[in-house]
Amino acid sequence: MHQNRRIYLDHAATTPVRPEVLSAMMPAFTTIFGNPSSLYQSGLQAHQLVENARAKIAGCIGADSTEIYFTSCGTESDNWAIKGAAQACQSKGRHMITSAIEHHAVLHAFDALTKQGFEITKLPVDADGLLDPEEVRSAIRDDTVLVSVMMANNEIGVIEPIEEIAAICRSNQVLLHTDAVQAGGALPIDAHRMGVDMMSFSGHKLYAPKGVGALYIRKGVRIANFFDGGAQERNRRGGTENVPAIVGFARAFELAVQEMEESSRQLTGLRDALINNILTRIPHTRLNGHPTRRLPNNVNVSIEFIEGESILLMLDQLGYECSSGSACTSGSLDPSHVLLALGLPHEIAHSSLRVTFGRSNTMDDVKRLVDDLEVVVRRLREMSPLYNKNILGV
Amino acid sequence: MQYSDEVMDHFMNPRNVGEIEDADATGLVGNAKCGDIMKVFLKIENGIIVDVKFKTFGCGAAIATSSMATEMIKGKTLDKALELTNKAVAEALGGLPPIKMHCSLLAEQAVKSALKEYYEKHGLINDDNRHLFDMLNEDANDHA
Repeated sequence: MHQNRRIYLDHAATTPVRPEVLSAMMPAFTTIFGNPSSLYQSGLQAHQLVENARAKIAGCIGADSTEIYFTSCGTESDNWAIKGAAQACQSKGRHMITSAIEHHAVLHAFDALTKQGFEITKLPVDADGLLDPEEVRSAIRDDTVLVSVMMANNEIGVIEPIEEIAAICRSNQVLLHTDAVQAGGALPIDAHRMGVDMMSFSGHKLYAPKGVGALYIRKGVRIANFFDGGAQERNRRGGTENVPAIVGFARAFELAVQEMEESSRQLTGLRDALINNILTRIPHTRLNGHPTRRLPNNVNVSIEFIEGESILLMLDQLGYECSSGSACTSGSLDPSHVLLALGLPHEIAHSSLRVTFGRSNTMDDVKRLVDDLEVVVRRLREMSPLYNKNILGV
Repeated sequence: MQYSDEVMDHFMNPRNVGEIEDADATGLVGNAKCGDIMKVFLKIENGIIVDVKFKTFGCGAAIATSSMATEMIKGKTLDKALELTNKAVAEALGGLPPIKMHCSLLAEQAVKSALKEYYEKHGLINDDNRHLFDMLNEDANDHA
């Protein structure tokens, strides 16, 4: 309560639009406002903006322009990839494979397919959150048509071995989709070298506005359309392009890739400082997810004997904005499916706190957060029937 | 989902936090699996709740409803305390988000579970009040 400044620590949820991005977008709102499908000047100019953006994003992920399709968000990209592949491949087979820690945009898309008679195998991960590529190999059957495994997890930041999984999928002639919504702009991505068939991205996770995403579809991969309509996006995704957001998305992605090395180093410094401080200064805490194979900005800890939502609420009162995998924050009774997939007992999963750093954060934020977190944890533990100082000897 | 000012007040400044070492009755409800555990301690003299404390593991609503429920029975006669309902707790807090109503039910259960222990110990359960404890058999998390 010693400051008025609010400290945003939830960059995996969303990010602010960078000023450079906003200024790149402005002409598309006001002067170059034409419909990209129109044949007069302002339409042609708007079309050019979209195509320039497509080329930039392709360059950011080692793809060809013709392999980038703009969508409305990461969830649409995931749904299109999964349901589109399911529909296009159903004559070959109706079995698909995914992991237990995917985002709901993937898991719930598969749930919908299950109701339509498709069969889904959900692979477990190890205690660090890593999927063993050999699990994928042994799960592939003759009727398997698609594997979908995320590149980096949104809750625990774990980076999955996508290249190994891609090699296995390729040798078995099974399509591979990867949700790279958290990885985009944070990790180096080379679509062709990685050998994935489809990859989902979202703008607002990398300092572009909300309401724009992209799906990379490797040349030659056929999936059913999700949005039927006009001839936009090479006849594969109808709907007038969100030109300003697309322009912003490309500018933001470009900046993120240009600055990746530097920002990665900076974020990793903040991440490791926070992890070390929490684990050494606050007893009965544990890190969730692999200690090093994780996104540079992701910290996810469990703070035993207290519940995640109450931690968030108290931190919010002190000016910090973070996230938790507790049931109370998910709107359901169960804590995060990701934390449960690590094998954590329910009470430890309910006790999680996620901090995801971004461009605005500094080492001073880490110091303040740890100081205030110590106070919050002490207060909540004093209220907790699970916490007994005498028994624990602390 | 937004909490009322009253909920935030009782969450940030909870009343009656703690334990009573020589409590006359205690009630423990909830479980770690669902993410809410409440323990209530009662000190009873001449049929009046002279002191009450609680400890809660749970979300903001769980802590606020524990605080409010204990506040509402403090200084009351046992009969009066038995009239506590989860609706009254929620109303006193200026309402709860729908998905948090189970927290108020859990708070009522915590209080009633402690009262039941006392009533049983002293042979006070009779045909007139037995039904007041029925709600202890409800699943507080079956609120969907």
